[in-house]
Amino acid sequence: MTTTSERARAQAPPAVETLRTVRERGPDRVPRWLVKTASPVVLVALWQVLSSTGLLPRDVLASPATVLTTAADMWAEGTVQSAVGVSLLRVVAGIAIGLVTAVVLATLSGLFRRGEDVIDAPVQMLRTVPVIGLIPLLIIWFGIGEEPKIVLIALAVTFPLYMNLFGGIRNVDATLVEAARTLGLGWFGQVRHVILPSAMPQFLVGLRYSLGTAWLALVFGETINATSGIGYEMNTAREFFQTDVIVVCLALYALLGLLGDGIVRLLERGFLSWRPAFSGR
Amino acid sequence: MATGVQRAVNPVSVRGLSRRFGDRTVLSDLDLDIEPGQFVALLGASGCGKSTLLRILADLDHDVTGEVTVARRRAVGFQAPRLLPWRKVWRNVVMGLPGRPDRARAEAALEEVGLSHRSDVWPKVLSGGEAQRAALARALVREPDLLLLDEPFSALDALTRITARGLVDELWQRHGCAVLLVTHDVEEALVLADRVLVMDGGRIAHDAPVDLDRPREVTDPDFQHLRAELLGRLGVH
Ligand SMILES: Nc1ncnc2c1ncn2[C@@H]1O[C@H](COP(=O)(O)OP(=O)(O)O)[C@@H](O)[C@H]1O
Ligand SMILES: [Mg+2]
Repeated sequence: MTTTSERARAQAPPAVETLRTVRERGPDRVPRWLVKTASPVVLVALWQVLSSTGLLPRDVLASPATVLTTAADMWAEGTVQSAVGVSLLRVVAGIAIGLVTAVVLATLSGLFRRGEDVIDAPVQMLRTVPVIGLIPLLIIWFGIGEEPKIVLIALAVTFPLYMNLFGGIRNVDATLVEAARTLGLGWFGQVRHVILPSAMPQFLVGLRYSLGTAWLALVFGETINATSGIGYEMNTAREFFQTDVIVVCLALYALLGLLGDGIVRLLERGFLSWRPAFSGR
Repeated sequence: MATGVQRAVNPVSVRGLSRRFGDRTVLSDLDLDIEPGQFVALLGASGCGKSTLLRILADLDHDVTGEVTVARRRAVGFQAPRLLPWRKVWRNVVMGLPGRPDRARAEAALEEVGLSHRSDVWPKVLSGGEAQRAALARALVREPDLLLLDEPFSALDALTRITARGLVDELWQRHGCAVLLVTHDVEEALVLADRVLVMDGGRIAHDAPVDLDRPREVTDPDFQHLRAELLGRLGVH
Protein backbone atom coordinates (compact mmCIF):
# COMPACT_ATOMS: atom_id res chain seq x y z
CA MET A 1 0.00 0.00 0.00
CA THR A 2 1.24 3.48 -0.84
CA THR A 3 0.19 6.63 0.94
CA THR A 4 -0.52 9.86 -0.90
CA SER A 5 2.79 11.38 0.12
CA GLU A 6 4.76 8.34 -1.04
CA ARG A 7 3.03 8.49 -4.41
CA ALA A 8 3.68 12.19 -4.66
CA ARG A 9 7.40 11.71 -3.94
CA ALA A 10 7.68 9.07 -6.63
CA GLN A 11 6.42 11.45 -9.32
CA ALA A 12 8.26 14.37 -10.90
CA PRO A 13 6.93 17.71 -9.61
CA PRO A 14 4.35 19.23 -11.99
CA ALA A 15 5.25 22.30 -14.00
CA VAL A 16 3.45 25.33 -12.58
CA GLU A 17 2.99 28.95 -13.58
CA THR A 18 1.98 32.03 -11.66
CA LEU A 19 -1.07 33.58 -13.33
CA ARG A 20 -1.05 37.27 -14.05
CA THR A 21 -3.54 39.24 -12.02
CA VAL A 22 -5.31 42.41 -13.09
CA ARG A 23 -3.37 44.63 -10.71
CA GLU A 24 -0.02 43.60 -12.14
CA ARG A 25 -1.19 43.97 -15.68
CA GLY A 26 -2.97 47.30 -15.35
CA PRO A 27 -1.02 50.44 -14.46
CA ASP A 28 2.39 49.96 -16.09
CA ARG A 29 0.98 49.28 -19.53
CA VAL A 30 0.89 51.95 -22.22
CA PRO A 31 -2.44 53.79 -21.88
CA ARG A 32 -5.00 52.73 -24.41
CA TRP A 33 -5.75 56.21 -25.79
CA LEU A 34 -2.08 56.66 -26.55
CA VAL A 35 -1.92 53.46 -28.56
CA LYS A 36 -5.12 54.41 -30.34
CA THR A 37 -3.89 57.88 -31.36
CA ALA A 38 -0.30 56.89 -32.08
CA SER A 39 -0.87 54.83 -35.23
CA PRO A 40 -2.85 57.49 -37.19
CA VAL A 41 -0.29 60.12 -36.16
CA VAL A 42 2.54 57.96 -37.46
CA LEU A 43 0.70 57.42 -40.76
CA VAL A 44 0.14 61.15 -41.27
CA ALA A 45 3.80 61.84 -40.44
CA LEU A 46 4.85 59.28 -43.03
CA TRP A 47 2.57 60.90 -45.60
CA GLN A 48 4.15 64.32 -44.88
CA VAL A 49 7.65 62.89 -45.24
CA LEU A 50 6.77 61.32 -48.60
CA SER A 51 5.31 64.63 -49.82
CA SER A 52 8.23 66.78 -48.59
CA THR A 53 10.80 64.53 -50.23
CA GLY A 54 8.90 64.73 -53.51
CA LEU A 55 8.18 61.01 -53.64
CA LEU A 56 4.47 61.84 -53.55
CA PRO A 57 3.80 64.59 -56.16
CA ARG A 58 1.21 67.24 -55.41
CA ASP A 59 -0.91 66.24 -58.44
CA VAL A 60 -1.28 62.75 -57.01
CA LEU A 61 -1.89 63.71 -53.39
CA ALA A 62 -1.33 67.01 -51.61
CA SER A 63 0.71 66.98 -48.40
CA PRO A 64 -1.00 67.07 -45.00
CA ALA A 65 0.32 70.60 -44.42
CA THR A 66 -1.19 71.84 -47.70
CA VAL A 67 -4.45 70.10 -46.92
CA LEU A 68 -4.59 71.83 -43.54
CA THR A 69 -3.95 75.29 -45.04
CA THR A 70 -6.55 74.67 -47.73
CA ALA A 71 -9.03 73.56 -45.08
CA ALA A 72 -8.40 76.76 -43.12
CA ASP A 73 -8.87 78.85 -46.28
CA MET A 74 -12.08 77.02 -47.21
CA TRP A 75 -13.35 77.58 -43.68
CA ALA A 76 -12.50 81.30 -43.83
CA GLU A 77 -14.32 81.66 -47.17
CA GLY A 78 -17.32 79.84 -45.70
CA THR A 79 -17.15 77.10 -48.36
CA VAL A 80 -16.89 74.34 -45.75
CA GLN A 81 -19.86 75.59 -43.75
CA SER A 82 -22.22 75.99 -46.69
CA ALA A 83 -21.18 72.71 -48.35
CA VAL A 84 -21.58 70.76 -45.12
CA GLY A 85 -24.90 72.48 -44.45
CA VAL A 86 -26.32 71.52 -47.84
CA SER A 87 -25.04 67.93 -47.69
CA LEU A 88 -26.18 67.44 -44.12
CA LEU A 89 -29.66 68.64 -44.99
CA ARG A 90 -29.88 66.14 -47.85
CA VAL A 91 -28.71 63.27 -45.73
CA VAL A 92 -30.94 64.13 -42.77
CA ALA A 93 -34.01 64.43 -45.00
CA GLY A 94 -33.19 61.16 -46.75
CA ILE A 95 -32.58 59.30 -43.51
CA ALA A 96 -35.79 60.65 -41.97
CA ILE A 97 -37.88 59.49 -44.92
CA GLY A 98 -36.10 56.12 -45.08
CA LEU A 99 -36.41 55.60 -41.34
CA VAL A 100 -40.14 56.25 -41.26
CA THR A 101 -40.73 54.06 -44.33
CA ALA A 102 -38.64 51.19 -42.98
CA VAL A 103 -40.16 51.31 -39.50
CA VAL A 104 -43.72 51.35 -40.84
CA LEU A 105 -43.12 48.56 -43.36
CA ALA A 106 -41.08 46.34 -41.04
CA THR A 107 -43.50 46.75 -38.14
CA LEU A 108 -46.47 45.82 -40.31
CA SER A 109 -44.80 42.83 -41.91
CA GLY A 110 -43.05 41.75 -38.71
CA LEU A 111 -46.11 41.82 -36.51
CA PHE A 112 -48.76 40.58 -38.92
CA ARG A 113 -48.69 37.49 -41.08
CA ARG A 114 -50.92 39.27 -43.60
CA GLY A 115 -48.55 42.24 -43.59
CA GLU A 116 -45.65 39.94 -44.36
CA ASP A 117 -47.48 38.36 -47.27
CA VAL A 118 -48.20 41.75 -48.81
CA ILE A 119 -45.00 43.65 -47.98
CA ASP A 120 -42.10 41.27 -47.58
CA ALA A 121 -41.95 39.70 -51.05
CA PRO A 122 -41.82 43.00 -53.00
CA VAL A 123 -39.32 44.47 -50.54
CA GLN A 124 -37.08 41.43 -50.89
CA MET A 125 -37.27 41.74 -54.67
CA LEU A 126 -36.47 45.46 -54.72
CA ARG A 127 -33.66 44.92 -52.24
CA THR A 128 -31.64 43.06 -54.85
CA VAL A 129 -31.59 46.09 -57.17
CA PRO A 130 -28.41 48.10 -56.46
CA VAL A 131 -29.69 51.48 -55.30
CA ILE A 132 -26.96 53.36 -57.14
CA GLY A 133 -28.20 51.82 -60.39
CA LEU A 134 -31.47 53.68 -59.93
CA ILE A 135 -29.85 57.09 -60.46
CA PRO A 136 -30.80 57.41 -64.16
CA LEU A 137 -34.43 56.57 -63.40
CA LEU A 138 -34.50 58.96 -60.45
CA ILE A 139 -33.18 61.75 -62.65
CA ILE A 140 -35.89 61.06 -65.23
CA TRP A 141 -38.56 61.03 -62.53
CA PHE A 142 -37.39 63.86 -60.31
CA GLY A 143 -35.12 66.00 -62.50
CA ILE A 144 -31.78 67.19 -61.15
CA GLY A 145 -32.86 69.15 -58.08
CA GLU A 146 -32.72 68.03 -54.47
CA GLU A 147 -35.41 65.36 -54.84
CA PRO A 148 -33.47 62.60 -56.63
CA LYS A 149 -30.63 62.92 -54.12
CA ILE A 150 -32.94 62.69 -51.12
CA VAL A 151 -34.90 59.80 -52.63
CA LEU A 152 -31.67 57.97 -53.38
CA ILE A 153 -30.55 58.32 -49.77
CA ALA A 154 -33.98 57.34 -48.48
CA LEU A 155 -33.91 54.17 -50.59
CA ALA A 156 -30.39 53.34 -49.44
CA VAL A 157 -31.53 53.64 -45.81
CA THR A 158 -34.86 51.85 -46.12
CA PHE A 159 -33.68 48.40 -47.14
CA PRO A 160 -31.02 47.60 -44.53
CA LEU A 161 -33.19 49.08 -41.83
CA TYR A 162 -36.23 47.10 -42.92
CA MET A 163 -34.27 43.84 -43.05
CA ASN A 164 -32.87 44.30 -39.56
CA LEU A 165 -36.05 45.47 -37.88
CA PHE A 166 -38.09 42.70 -39.52
CA GLY A 167 -35.48 40.14 -38.46
CA GLY A 168 -35.39 41.56 -34.96
CA ILE A 169 -39.15 41.37 -34.58
CA ARG A 170 -39.25 37.80 -35.88
CA ASN A 171 -36.38 36.71 -33.61
CA VAL A 172 -38.17 37.58 -30.40
CA ASP A 173 -37.95 34.86 -27.76
CA ALA A 174 -41.33 33.11 -27.89
CA THR A 175 -41.05 32.02 -24.26
CA LEU A 176 -40.99 35.68 -23.20
CA VAL A 177 -44.10 36.43 -25.23
CA GLU A 178 -45.74 33.48 -23.53
CA ALA A 179 -44.70 34.71 -20.09
CA ALA A 180 -46.14 38.13 -20.96
CA ARG A 181 -49.42 36.49 -21.88
CA THR A 182 -49.60 34.74 -18.52
CA LEU A 183 -49.07 38.14 -16.88
CA GLY A 184 -52.21 39.35 -18.58
CA LEU A 185 -50.57 41.58 -21.20
CA GLY A 186 -52.75 42.01 -24.25
CA TRP A 187 -51.50 42.21 -27.83
CA PHE A 188 -50.55 45.88 -27.53
CA GLY A 189 -48.77 45.28 -24.24
CA GLN A 190 -46.85 42.35 -25.70
CA VAL A 191 -45.70 44.49 -28.62
CA ARG A 192 -44.71 47.37 -26.37
CA HIS A 193 -43.03 45.47 -23.55
CA VAL A 194 -41.67 42.39 -25.28
CA ILE A 195 -41.48 42.48 -29.07
CA LEU A 196 -40.21 45.99 -29.76
CA PRO A 197 -37.61 46.12 -26.94
CA SER A 198 -36.35 42.74 -28.02
CA ALA A 199 -35.98 43.95 -31.63
CA MET A 200 -34.10 47.08 -30.52
CA PRO A 201 -30.51 45.73 -30.67
CA GLN A 202 -31.01 44.46 -34.20
CA PHE A 203 -32.72 47.70 -35.19
CA LEU A 204 -29.73 49.71 -34.00
CA VAL A 205 -27.38 47.46 -35.96
CA GLY A 206 -29.52 48.24 -38.99
CA LEU A 207 -29.47 51.95 -38.22
CA ARG A 208 -25.71 51.97 -38.01
CA TYR A 209 -25.33 50.10 -41.25
CA SER A 210 -27.86 52.25 -43.05
CA LEU A 211 -26.08 55.43 -41.97
CA GLY A 212 -23.08 54.05 -43.83
CA THR A 213 -25.11 53.42 -46.96
CA ALA A 214 -26.71 56.86 -46.62
CA TRP A 215 -23.30 58.56 -46.93
CA LEU A 216 -22.45 56.38 -49.86
CA ALA A 217 -25.69 57.37 -51.59
CA LEU A 218 -25.00 61.02 -50.79
CA VAL A 219 -21.56 60.86 -52.37
CA PHE A 220 -22.97 59.27 -55.52
CA GLY A 221 -25.91 61.63 -55.69
CA GLU A 222 -23.73 64.68 -55.25
CA THR A 223 -20.93 63.79 -57.66
CA ILE A 224 -23.28 63.09 -60.53
CA ASN A 225 -25.12 66.35 -60.70
CA ALA A 226 -25.07 69.03 -58.08
CA THR A 227 -24.54 72.74 -57.84
CA SER A 228 -23.75 72.77 -54.14
CA GLY A 229 -22.64 70.47 -51.33
CA ILE A 230 -19.49 68.57 -50.47
CA GLY A 231 -19.66 66.40 -53.58
CA TYR A 232 -19.99 69.45 -55.80
CA GLU A 233 -16.86 71.02 -54.31
CA MET A 234 -15.06 67.76 -54.85
CA ASN A 235 -16.13 67.54 -58.48
CA THR A 236 -15.06 71.09 -59.21
CA ALA A 237 -11.70 70.42 -57.58
CA ARG A 238 -11.22 67.37 -59.77
CA GLU A 239 -11.34 69.48 -62.91
CA PHE A 240 -8.39 71.56 -61.64
CA PHE A 241 -6.41 68.65 -60.09
CA GLN A 242 -6.82 70.25 -56.65
CA THR A 243 -6.03 67.13 -54.65
CA ASP A 244 -5.88 69.21 -51.45
CA VAL A 245 -9.53 70.28 -51.81
CA ILE A 246 -10.53 66.70 -52.58
CA VAL A 247 -8.82 65.47 -49.43
CA VAL A 248 -10.55 68.16 -47.37
CA CYS A 249 -13.91 67.06 -48.79
CA LEU A 250 -13.16 63.41 -48.07
CA ALA A 251 -12.24 64.35 -44.50
CA LEU A 252 -15.55 66.20 -44.17
CA TYR A 253 -17.45 63.12 -45.35
CA ALA A 254 -15.50 61.03 -42.85
CA LEU A 255 -16.18 63.44 -40.00
CA LEU A 256 -19.89 63.48 -40.73
CA GLY A 257 -19.89 59.69 -40.91
CA LEU A 258 -18.14 59.59 -37.56
CA LEU A 259 -20.74 61.93 -36.12
CA GLY A 260 -23.55 59.61 -37.25
CA ASP A 261 -21.77 56.64 -35.76
CA GLY A 262 -21.35 58.51 -32.48
CA ILE A 263 -25.07 59.25 -32.37
CA VAL A 264 -25.92 55.57 -32.84
CA ARG A 265 -23.41 54.63 -30.14
CA LEU A 266 -25.11 57.03 -27.76
CA LEU A 267 -28.49 55.50 -28.62
CA GLU A 268 -27.06 52.05 -27.98
CA ARG A 269 -25.74 53.10 -24.62
CA GLY A 270 -29.12 54.51 -23.70
CA PHE A 271 -31.32 51.74 -25.05
CA LEU A 272 -29.20 48.65 -24.54
CA SER A 273 -27.78 49.07 -21.06
CA TRP A 274 -29.81 46.03 -20.00
CA ARG A 275 -27.79 43.78 -22.25
CA PRO A 276 -25.22 41.38 -20.85
CA ALA A 277 -22.79 42.01 -23.70
CA PHE A 278 -19.15 41.23 -24.16
CA SER A 279 -17.20 44.49 -24.34
CA GLY A 280 -13.73 43.25 -25.30
CA ARG A 281 -10.66 42.63 -23.18
CA MET B 1 -62.33 27.65 -22.30
CA ALA B 2 -62.19 30.06 -19.41
CA THR B 3 -64.79 32.24 -21.08
CA GLY B 4 -67.37 33.99 -18.99
CA VAL B 5 -67.30 34.35 -15.24
CA GLN B 6 -68.43 31.15 -13.60
CA ARG B 7 -69.17 30.42 -10.01
CA ALA B 8 -67.08 27.27 -10.06
CA VAL B 9 -66.02 26.16 -6.62
CA ASN B 10 -62.63 24.76 -7.57
CA PRO B 11 -59.70 26.67 -8.98
CA VAL B 12 -59.12 23.78 -11.38
CA SER B 13 -61.79 21.58 -12.86
CA VAL B 14 -60.98 19.51 -15.94
CA ARG B 15 -63.26 17.02 -17.67
CA GLY B 16 -62.39 14.75 -20.58
CA LEU B 17 -59.37 16.77 -21.67
CA SER B 18 -57.50 15.51 -24.72
CA ARG B 19 -54.57 16.98 -26.60
CA ARG B 20 -52.96 15.58 -29.71
CA PHE B 21 -49.81 16.60 -31.52
CA GLY B 22 -50.24 15.24 -35.02
CA ASP B 23 -51.29 11.66 -34.53
CA ARG B 24 -49.63 11.41 -31.12
CA THR B 25 -52.11 11.70 -28.26
CA VAL B 26 -50.42 13.28 -25.27
CA LEU B 27 -53.46 13.84 -23.03
CA SER B 28 -56.37 11.50 -23.37
CA ASP B 29 -59.67 12.03 -21.61
CA LEU B 30 -58.03 13.48 -18.51
CA ASP B 31 -60.04 14.54 -15.44
CA LEU B 32 -58.68 16.68 -12.62
CA ASP B 33 -60.03 18.77 -9.76
CA ILE B 34 -58.02 20.93 -7.41
CA GLU B 35 -59.62 22.43 -4.32
CA PRO B 36 -59.03 25.98 -3.12
CA GLY B 37 -55.78 26.30 -1.20
CA GLN B 38 -54.66 22.79 -2.01
CA PHE B 39 -51.01 22.10 -2.81
CA VAL B 40 -50.86 19.47 -5.54
CA ALA B 41 -47.66 17.97 -6.94
CA LEU B 42 -47.71 16.42 -10.38
CA LEU B 43 -45.15 13.72 -11.10
CA GLY B 44 -44.57 11.65 -14.20
CA ALA B 45 -41.94 10.39 -16.57
CA SER B 46 -40.30 12.92 -18.85
CA GLY B 47 -42.41 13.55 -21.92
CA CYS B 48 -45.63 12.20 -20.41
CA GLY B 49 -47.44 15.52 -20.88
CA LYS B 50 -47.06 17.41 -17.56
CA SER B 51 -46.02 20.66 -19.20
CA THR B 52 -48.68 20.21 -21.83
CA LEU B 53 -51.34 20.02 -19.12
CA LEU B 54 -49.92 23.01 -17.30
CA ARG B 55 -49.82 25.12 -20.45
CA ILE B 56 -53.45 24.30 -21.12
CA LEU B 57 -54.39 25.37 -17.58
CA ALA B 58 -52.37 28.56 -18.10
CA ASP B 59 -54.48 29.35 -21.18
CA LEU B 60 -51.42 29.13 -23.42
CA ASP B 61 -52.72 26.24 -25.50
CA HIS B 62 -56.28 26.18 -26.84
CA ASP B 63 -56.03 23.39 -29.35
CA VAL B 64 -57.74 20.86 -27.11
CA THR B 65 -60.99 18.99 -26.63
CA GLY B 66 -62.77 18.68 -23.31
CA GLU B 67 -63.93 21.06 -20.64
CA VAL B 68 -61.44 23.18 -18.72
CA THR B 69 -62.36 25.61 -15.95
CA VAL B 70 -59.61 27.47 -14.11
CA ALA B 71 -59.45 30.34 -11.64
CA ARG B 72 -59.47 33.71 -13.31
CA ARG B 73 -56.75 34.94 -11.00
CA ARG B 74 -53.89 32.64 -11.80
CA ALA B 75 -50.17 32.97 -12.14
CA VAL B 76 -47.47 30.85 -13.75
CA GLY B 77 -43.87 30.10 -12.88
CA PHE B 78 -41.73 28.39 -15.48
CA GLN B 79 -38.54 26.39 -15.37
CA ALA B 80 -36.63 29.46 -16.56
CA PRO B 81 -37.43 32.76 -14.83
CA ARG B 82 -38.48 34.41 -18.10
CA LEU B 83 -37.92 37.92 -16.80
CA LEU B 84 -37.88 40.63 -19.46
CA PRO B 85 -34.17 41.54 -19.67
CA TRP B 86 -34.93 45.14 -20.74
CA ARG B 87 -37.03 46.01 -17.70
CA LYS B 88 -35.66 46.58 -14.21
CA VAL B 89 -36.50 43.83 -11.73
CA TRP B 90 -39.26 45.77 -10.00
CA ARG B 91 -40.92 46.64 -13.31
CA ASN B 92 -40.87 42.97 -14.20
CA VAL B 93 -42.66 42.17 -10.97
CA VAL B 94 -45.62 44.49 -11.62
CA MET B 95 -45.65 43.94 -15.39
CA GLY B 96 -49.18 43.44 -16.66
CA LEU B 97 -50.94 44.73 -13.56
CA PRO B 98 -53.62 47.32 -14.28
CA GLY B 99 -52.76 50.98 -13.74
CA ARG B 100 -49.38 52.67 -13.52
CA PRO B 101 -46.39 50.55 -12.45
CA ASP B 102 -46.57 50.61 -8.66
CA ARG B 103 -43.07 50.49 -7.24
CA ALA B 104 -44.14 50.14 -3.61
CA ARG B 105 -46.22 47.13 -4.48
CA ALA B 106 -43.35 45.58 -6.41
CA GLU B 107 -41.00 46.13 -3.51
CA ALA B 108 -43.39 44.58 -1.03
CA ALA B 109 -43.55 41.48 -3.23
CA LEU B 110 -39.77 41.40 -3.61
CA GLU B 111 -39.41 41.78 0.15
CA GLU B 112 -41.43 38.59 0.58
CA VAL B 113 -38.91 36.63 -1.45
CA GLY B 114 -35.94 38.38 0.18
CA LEU B 115 -35.01 40.46 -2.85
CA SER B 116 -35.94 44.02 -1.91
CA HIS B 117 -32.32 45.12 -2.29
CA ARG B 118 -32.36 43.95 -5.92
CA SER B 119 -35.44 45.82 -7.07
CA ASP B 120 -33.63 48.45 -9.14
CA VAL B 121 -31.19 46.28 -11.09
CA TRP B 122 -31.35 44.71 -14.54
CA PRO B 123 -32.32 41.03 -14.53
CA LYS B 124 -28.92 40.15 -16.05
CA VAL B 125 -27.15 40.77 -12.73
CA LEU B 126 -29.35 38.35 -10.76
CA SER B 127 -28.07 34.87 -9.97
CA GLY B 128 -30.16 31.90 -11.09
CA GLY B 129 -31.79 31.54 -7.69
CA GLU B 130 -32.47 35.26 -7.36
CA ALA B 131 -34.04 35.42 -10.81
CA GLN B 132 -36.30 32.51 -9.95
CA ARG B 133 -37.32 34.26 -6.71
CA ALA B 134 -38.08 37.43 -8.65
CA ALA B 135 -40.28 35.35 -10.97
CA LEU B 136 -42.03 34.00 -7.87
CA ALA B 137 -42.62 37.55 -6.61
CA ARG B 138 -44.00 38.44 -10.04
CA ALA B 139 -46.44 35.54 -9.78
CA LEU B 140 -47.56 36.21 -6.22
CA VAL B 141 -48.00 39.97 -6.58
CA ARG B 142 -51.08 39.08 -8.63
CA GLU B 143 -52.67 37.48 -5.51
CA PRO B 144 -53.59 34.37 -7.51
CA ASP B 145 -56.16 31.80 -6.51
CA LEU B 146 -54.15 29.31 -8.52
CA LEU B 147 -50.38 29.15 -8.90
CA LEU B 148 -49.06 26.92 -11.67
CA LEU B 149 -45.39 25.97 -11.36
CA ASP B 150 -43.54 23.96 -14.01
CA GLU B 151 -40.36 22.49 -12.53
CA PRO B 152 -39.41 25.88 -11.10
CA PHE B 153 -36.39 24.59 -9.18
CA SER B 154 -34.93 22.11 -11.63
CA ALA B 155 -32.34 24.54 -13.03
CA LEU B 156 -31.08 25.50 -9.57
CA ASP B 157 -28.17 23.94 -7.71
CA ALA B 158 -29.00 21.54 -4.90
CA LEU B 159 -28.54 24.00 -2.03
CA THR B 160 -30.44 26.83 -3.68
CA ARG B 161 -33.20 24.40 -4.54
CA ILE B 162 -33.72 23.48 -0.89
CA THR B 163 -33.93 27.16 0.08
CA ALA B 164 -36.32 27.91 -2.77
CA ARG B 165 -38.46 24.94 -1.76
CA GLY B 166 -38.71 26.30 1.79
CA LEU B 167 -39.64 29.70 0.39
CA VAL B 168 -42.45 28.29 -1.74
CA ASP B 169 -43.77 26.41 1.29
CA GLU B 170 -43.77 29.57 3.38
CA LEU B 171 -45.37 31.70 0.67
CA TRP B 172 -48.05 29.11 0.05
CA GLN B 173 -48.92 29.01 3.76
CA ARG B 174 -49.19 32.80 3.81
CA HIS B 175 -51.10 33.34 0.55
CA GLY B 176 -53.27 30.26 0.77
CA CYS B 177 -53.60 29.86 -3.00
CA ALA B 178 -54.02 26.51 -4.68
CA VAL B 179 -50.75 25.31 -6.21
CA LEU B 180 -50.10 22.86 -9.01
CA LEU B 181 -46.40 22.03 -8.96
CA VAL B 182 -44.93 19.97 -11.76
CA THR B 183 -41.77 18.28 -10.60
CA HIS B 184 -39.65 15.24 -11.29
CA ASP B 185 -38.36 15.20 -7.73
CA VAL B 186 -40.37 12.80 -5.55
CA GLU B 187 -38.83 14.16 -2.37
CA GLU B 188 -39.80 17.70 -3.29
CA ALA B 189 -43.35 16.58 -3.99
CA LEU B 190 -43.61 14.86 -0.60
CA VAL B 191 -42.11 17.75 1.35
CA LEU B 192 -44.50 20.31 -0.13
CA ALA B 193 -47.74 18.78 -1.31
CA ASP B 194 -51.10 17.86 0.23
CA ARG B 195 -51.70 15.55 -2.64
CA VAL B 196 -49.56 13.83 -5.22
CA LEU B 197 -50.58 12.94 -8.76
CA VAL B 198 -48.73 10.65 -11.12
CA MET B 199 -49.40 11.05 -14.81
CA ASP B 200 -49.16 8.15 -17.21
CA GLY B 201 -50.75 7.23 -20.52
CA GLY B 202 -52.20 10.70 -20.98
CA ARG B 203 -54.21 10.79 -17.76
CA ILE B 204 -53.86 10.94 -14.00
CA ALA B 205 -52.86 7.37 -13.20
CA HIS B 206 -52.38 7.79 -9.47
CA ASP B 207 -53.89 10.32 -7.09
CA ALA B 208 -53.15 10.10 -3.38
CA PRO B 209 -53.15 12.44 -0.37
CA VAL B 210 -49.93 12.97 1.55
CA ASP B 211 -50.92 12.31 5.14
CA LEU B 212 -47.75 13.50 6.81
CA ASP B 213 -47.47 16.15 9.51
CA ARG B 214 -45.78 19.42 8.59
CA PRO B 215 -42.96 20.32 8.63
CA ARG B 216 -41.98 17.11 6.99
CA GLU B 217 -38.84 15.17 7.70
CA VAL B 218 -37.14 13.26 4.92
CA THR B 219 -35.88 10.81 7.55
CA ASP B 220 -39.38 9.98 8.83
CA PRO B 221 -40.13 6.27 8.08
CA ASP B 222 -43.63 7.15 6.81
CA PHE B 223 -42.04 9.65 4.44
CA GLN B 224 -39.61 7.03 3.17
CA HIS B 225 -42.38 4.51 2.75
CA LEU B 226 -44.43 6.92 0.61
CA ARG B 227 -41.33 7.83 -1.33
CA ALA B 228 -40.58 4.19 -2.15
CA GLU B 229 -44.18 3.67 -3.23
CA LEU B 230 -44.15 6.66 -5.55
CA LEU B 231 -40.81 5.72 -7.07
CA GLY B 232 -42.32 2.33 -7.77
CA ARG B 233 -45.24 3.93 -9.56
CA LEU B 234 -42.82 6.00 -11.61
CA GLY B 235 -41.08 2.82 -12.66
CA VAL B 236 -37.93 3.38 -10.57
CA HIS B 237 -36.99 0.62 -8.14
N1 LIG C 1 -45.62 21.92 -29.57
C1 LIG C 1 -45.46 20.58 -29.63
N2 LIG C 1 -45.46 19.96 -30.83
C2 LIG C 1 -45.30 18.62 -30.91
N3 LIG C 1 -45.15 17.82 -29.87
C3 LIG C 1 -45.13 18.36 -28.65
C4 LIG C 1 -45.29 19.79 -28.46
N4 LIG C 1 -45.25 20.05 -27.15
C5 LIG C 1 -45.07 18.86 -26.53
N5 LIG C 1 -45.02 17.85 -27.42
C6 LIG C 1 -44.85 16.43 -27.13
O1 LIG C 1 -45.77 16.10 -26.12
C7 LIG C 1 -45.18 15.21 -25.20
C8 LIG C 1 -45.34 15.75 -23.79
O2 LIG C 1 -44.53 16.87 -23.64
P1 LIG C 1 -44.42 17.65 -22.27
O3 LIG C 1 -45.78 17.99 -21.80
O4 LIG C 1 -43.49 18.79 -22.47
O5 LIG C 1 -43.76 16.56 -21.31
P2 LIG C 1 -43.29 16.69 -19.80
O6 LIG C 1 -44.16 15.75 -19.04
O7 LIG C 1 -41.87 16.23 -19.77
O8 LIG C 1 -43.45 18.10 -19.36
C9 LIG C 1 -43.74 15.02 -25.61
O9 LIG C 1 -43.61 13.80 -26.28
C10 LIG C 1 -43.48 16.17 -26.56
O10 LIG C 1 -42.59 15.77 -27.55
MG1 LIG D 1 -42.00 19.58 -18.86
